[in-house]
Amino acid sequence: MSLKISKRDVGGVTVLDLNGRLTLGDASAQLRETLRGLATQGGPKIILNMGQVVYIDSSGLGELVSGFTTVKNQGGQLKLANLTQKVTDLLTITKLYTVFEIHNDEGAAVQSFS
Amino acid sequence: MGSQPRRVCVTLESRLESMDLGEEIARCVAGTAAFDEDEQHRISMAVRECVINAFKHGNCSDVRKKIEVDFTLLADRLVVAVRDEGKGFSLNQLPDPLADERLLATSGRGIFLMRCFMDDLRVVSGPDGGTVVTMTKRLPSNHKPTAAAETTKERQP
Repeated sequence: MSLKISKRDVGGVTVLDLNGRLTLGDASAQLRETLRGLATQGGPKIILNMGQVVYIDSSGLGELVSGFTTVKNQGGQLKLANLTQKVTDLLTITKLYTVFEIHNDEGAAVQSFS
Repeated sequence: MGSQPRRVCVTLESRLESMDLGEEIARCVAGTAAFDEDEQHRISMAVRECVINAFKHGNCSDVRKKIEVDFTLLADRLVVAVRDEGKGFSLNQLPDPLADERLLATSGRGIFLMRCFMDDLRVVSGPDGGTVVTMTKRLPSNHKPTAAAETTKERQP
């Protein structure tokens, strides 16, 4: 299963719905290009809806960190929402839970921007 | 109690597709060994990370080089050995991915994850090149090994 990325606008916040596996290869490259494209628009507010992400490997983690830094460097913010238990565990053991702003659901993540 | 080890040996090509294949075989082997779903996930992820390392750092994505993955199911543990054709590395030289200055690094978490998910990890580099990473996971206490011993040798087309 590859990664599908769908983009929505919710009150000025860009929500990217990720569906599938975020792993080494096309999936990581696809997320990188999407986030770079959004970052160039200046100060983007982005939520990654991770509810349908079934698997992340170390390359996928690296891509999340890369995207976070890219968006931040352009004056924007990237937040995570709807993490599965497996992804939560992965972010916890790698201490990335302390890097990302994480919300239980999309609504709370959108509200956090206001 | 059947104490004969059961083995599955797979030779993977240095291609992206091999990462998924190695992961899936590991999940099957872990399931056979009666690990629960969460442990199957951890073991298959450790193997995937090991194969990624062999592919990227050991074999430098050279399609002419192979990655051998050897699963041995013993009475009390699963042993997975991943061999590449690279120059090797020392565990002591790897930076700590949990250090504050490394948290925003975009790589360097693979070995860390293998260590988290498995009970033991060792690296041996051969004198003529090639590196073997050996990972061990103790079997769940309710595991009852089957009597039949088998050795399977598979080669990726």
